Amino acid sequence: MTIRVLAPGALSTVQNGGREGYRHLGVGSTGALDAYSHTVANLLVGNRRDAAALEITLAGPRLRFERAARIALCGADIDAHCDGRAIPAWRPVSIPAGATLALGACRRGARVYLAIAGGIAVPTVLGSSSTDLRGGFGGVEGRALVAGDALHVATDGEIPVEALQVARWWIDPSPDIAFDTPTIVRVLPGRDTVAPAGALFDPEWRVAVASDRQGVRLEGEMLRPVDPDERISEPVSPGTLQLPPDGQPIVLLADAQTHGGYPRIGHVIRADWPRLGQLRPGDRLRFEPCDRAQALDAWRDRCHRLARIELAISARLQSA
Amino acid sequence: MARLAAGTDGSPDIERLGEDGLLVRLGTAIDPRINARVHAFARQLAASRPDWVRDIVPAYASLAVFVEPGKPPHACDLLDAAIDWIRAQPADVMADTAISGVVEIPVRYGGEHGPDLAAVAAHAGLHPADVISRHAAVDYTVAMLGFAPGFPYLLGLDTSLAMQRLQTPRLRVPAGSVGIGGAQTGIYPRSGPGGWRIIGRTETVLFDPRRSQPSLLSPGDRVRFVPVAGP
Repeated sequence: MTIRVLAPGALSTVQNGGREGYRHLGVGSTGALDAYSHTVANLLVGNRRDAAALEITLAGPRLRFERAARIALCGADIDAHCDGRAIPAWRPVSIPAGATLALGACRRGARVYLAIAGGIAVPTVLGSSSTDLRGGFGGVEGRALVAGDALHVATDGEIPVEALQVARWWIDPSPDIAFDTPTIVRVLPGRDTVAPAGALFDPEWRVAVASDRQGVRLEGEMLRPVDPDERISEPVSPGTLQLPPDGQPIVLLADAQTHGGYPRIGHVIRADWPRLGQLRPGDRLRFEPCDRAQALDAWRDRCHRLARIELAISARLQSA
Repeated sequence: MARLAAGTDGSPDIERLGEDGLLVRLGTAIDPRINARVHAFARQLAASRPDWVRDIVPAYASLAVFVEPGKPPHACDLLDAAIDWIRAQPADVMADTAISGVVEIPVRYGGEHGPDLAAVAAHAGLHPADVISRHAAVDYTVAMLGFAPGFPYLLGLDTSLAMQRLQTPRLRVPAGSVGIGGAQTGIYPRSGPGGWRIIGRTETVLFDPRRSQPSLLSPGDRVRFVPVAGP
């Protein structure tokens, strides 16, 4: 089954759970920035959790489906229409052959995941279907979608859909995706500290326009590291909170470089990465200190919530 | 004998990189001897690597160990296990004395291939031909791969050739460009923005994700540039 890209949107890329094990070659993690929404979207259409789906940024694409398909949209609030009819998110939707799916602007949040039953079929490169924009491989030719692209979907056969069908049940994504103002993310200590000690945690930060899949760039009161000496490049990780000389912190995301030479003033915990992925320019952000036990609890809670969601969806899909 | 230990109590200096990474620091300077120990330690770890270790990532004077993100109920125990594993390594790591093979990289220097060759020569007070011969006279070591997939940071540059990066990076540096950034030299595997002084270009493909060995060079490898003539 083929999906034709009529208009690509601002930045639409194929992403799965990410590409791990190649950081020693300078290859970053890539993968869905909001892995929670990405996972739920896949579960809603009966896919594996880490199947390849489309990550849509701020303004969505227009897509024509040559065959009927079951889809789900999860993540940011977005205007979505199928042949002119509004369709809701966080639930399975069946769309008929020949339909055009038009995704508009994100109203809240920055990234939407479009999962299609069967998953988007792209070659596996270095163990992953995710697009590596820096390396120019993975996904669709290592780049964002452009008008005229064809997305192939691995389906087992025809899905009989006469007209648009919207499930009457849905998944409530809170508290993982909540669009609170300000967004709060929890931070484990890094090697470096700032002076005064509360300077990172007391103020609100504003998300800068230059933020992208490599990092959330923040604007606010200039931070000063306790030890401002220059240092050599060392490995970094997604979630690392870097402090460049301009005093404006950057939270590294999945597409960040594998090494960095700036002071590391913290690490945003994994359970809160989806919230980072939903930040848009101008949004407000606060950091909260946490310890390893709290990080572990947060991660276990997340895993348990996803496991419950998976069970609930599977029960619904089987009874349908 | 070189000591692995960098902590005050004689144990390795280990920093947590969030919930699933550890950074083991052997030094704080760009120094070929420290870097050689990093690669020796990385090989030593690789020899007893547990299956839950995702990646061992060398840098100039440190290396990172990344573990699988924990699955409940055992989430996060893996970092503690990784610390035990690292601390159980012999405290003294010797750089390998056996020299591995040298990867030769043919380079067309100057002209359209190396638009900054004249500037590097002027900065060094040398004739461009001397810059080429000095750049090609050394066996370099791949200190680490970073910045982009397959980009080698090479140690061993003749100090007379060191030159600061461009004030304003170029928007597009062609694939295969050989550059000088400060005291290091390196090769851009793919066209893209870059601030290093470009003195030549190679047609050798540094990184191809479809190859069984995607990166031509691995951390710790030896590299030599071979000048070639022609357009």
